[in-house]
Amino acid sequence: MKYDFSRKKKRDAVLDLLLIAVVLGICGFLEANKYNYSYAISIIERSMIYAVVAVSMNLVNGFTGLFSLGQAGFMALGAYVTAILTIPVSQRPSVYYISGINPLIANLSAPITLALILGGLVAAACAALIGIPVLRLKSDYLAIATLGFAEIIRALIAAPMMDTITNGSYGLKSIPGFSSIFQVLILTVVSIGLMVLLINSSYGRMFKAVREDEIAAEAMGINLFHTKELSFVISSFFAGISGGMLAMFMRSIDSKTFQVSLTYDILLIVVIGGIGSVTGSVLGAFVVTAGRELLRFFDEPLTVAGVSIPLFRPGFRMVIFSILLMVVVLFYSRGLMGTNEFSWDGIFGFFRRKRKAVKAEGR
Amino acid sequence: MSLTTFLQQCLTGISLGGAYALIAIGYTMVYGILRLINFAHGDIFMMAGYFMIFAMASMPWFIAVPFVLLVTTVLGVGIERVAYKPLRSAPRMSVMISAIGVSYLLQNLATYLFTALPMAYPEIPGLKKIFKIGGLSASFVTFFTPVLTIVLVYLLITLIHHTKMGMAMRAVSKDYETAALMGIDINRTISFTFAIGSLLAAIGSILYFTDRMTVFPFSGSLPGLKCFVAAVFGGIGSIPGAVVGGFVLGMGETALVAAGYSTFSDAFTFVVLIIILLVRPTGLFGEKTTNKV
Repeated sequence: MKYDFSRKKKRDAVLDLLLIAVVLGICGFLEANKYNYSYAISIIERSMIYAVVAVSMNLVNGFTGLFSLGQAGFMALGAYVTAILTIPVSQRPSVYYISGINPLIANLSAPITLALILGGLVAAACAALIGIPVLRLKSDYLAIATLGFAEIIRALIAAPMMDTITNGSYGLKSIPGFSSIFQVLILTVVSIGLMVLLINSSYGRMFKAVREDEIAAEAMGINLFHTKELSFVISSFFAGISGGMLAMFMRSIDSKTFQVSLTYDILLIVVIGGIGSVTGSVLGAFVVTAGRELLRFFDEPLTVAGVSIPLFRPGFRMVIFSILLMVVVLFYSRGLMGTNEFSWDGIFGFFRRKRKAVKAEGR
Repeated sequence: MSLTTFLQQCLTGISLGGAYALIAIGYTMVYGILRLINFAHGDIFMMAGYFMIFAMASMPWFIAVPFVLLVTTVLGVGIERVAYKPLRSAPRMSVMISAIGVSYLLQNLATYLFTALPMAYPEIPGLKKIFKIGGLSASFVTFFTPVLTIVLVYLLITLIHHTKMGMAMRAVSKDYETAALMGIDINRTISFTFAIGSLLAAIGSILYFTDRMTVFPFSGSLPGLKCFVAAVFGGIGSIPGAVVGGFVLGMGETALVAAGYSTFSDAFTFVVLIIILLVRPTGLFGEKTTNKV
């Protein structure tokens, strides 16, 4: 028995290394042929950015059981801070050509990593303030209040009084992009890694206790408010970082980028991946982002044997996509992973079960 | 500001508030019975706008209006049957996600069918006629909206307090399982609630869009959220509360626009929400609930 166990461990380590090598290999290949695969690279980068924010949303919604819909607002904060700090000083006059730039930020700049962290910290600080009143609320009220805060943040960004800082409704452009796909990969892995460490720590167990039963958790000596606030603030920090990454990915942002629909997109990823599963969220981010691109052929007119099918026209893709979402919600409410995490045992178990089922059918 | 301008703005605010109140009632009734924020309610309202455009293109208005009301009601009940009924015993978060999914689907469907460009809303003869009283001038719909709202609310309250169906609705909202044991058909009661909510949303949509003149696929999402806030403000589950909340939000928003802060008119709603949740979490007319272990 013992022998078997250690062999399994060895096998898992080998497979882990193999997986890492494959991922690095794919990224290296894409990086080497940047110009031929720019479309694939952009899908993968977007997926990774969404994976970070999906995991951060899962931290609050899936692991702490707080239904928060404020992700887009915190992403907006992170994105704007990152953008303001990283737009090259020489380009700023052309960005703020309408109302001029506030002298306070005119010469303020920071390297990318620092800018991203600052963006995350601003989002986290804002979340800490918002959390004090909002986290006392119960499920649906919390959802609508966080949604409201995200809208308030967006309204403030677009407000005419903020023109010299956020450039109002014109948005910010000439944000420096990523130097290579590896930069995105490293940022994603580090962010998600930190969140996984948190979830597996004693804090993570506190989050889960609160999720399962607030009253029981409180009776066990867990400070409800502190636990919720901690989870909310950390989640917002990473939402801010992913917002900054999104700004760098898109190169230009405005307040319309961060509408409620962005939060819904992230929620969709979390639901499809499985609420309460980190690997599920990562998988969900890739499936949803790539799926949305792959379904693009639904938007193009289709002609079969000389007859053009009238269903296929712009917008059809999103209809199919939303129907798929409804099917997942109604019939596969566990999503791809449920609350399980990815493991090699799980993969092998899945295939073994399938083979058995096939055999059983053969008889 | 002169008195005339002030009264003029008040009138606009009351009219907007009336439309909000009608939509807010839909939220408050569904929440009262299912404990669910029906995120799709705002989109049902938007779809009613589109139905009206197509109905008016092919029929006279006195047939088009009842037709639109009927189709919207069927849509609302259909959504409940397909998207919420299978999740009766599921955790609340799943039902809410399902509601968000329906809202997403309706918006995408509208974008696909009617394109994302705003479409002109047809005019019902007489509704846009301008009336002048003293220095005030406003279209008929501005005067008509608050009156109609009050009449409909009166009818609704009578329905809830003096009919068998109303009694069933009250029972289901108090205690779901006990009501079922007493022989109340839960599913029929819930469908009926959705029917009334959607019907009022359709009426609200006619009044609201006649003033706005265009409909686009996302024109339901923000009014939807605002009306939910109105329902929370008045105390969720309470119909007079929803009406008061609708009027307060409508007036407040109009006041902000009149004062020149139109960028904040949307954010205002959420500020109201947060204040009310802090000061009086159960809303103006809400009942106090206690947590039992």
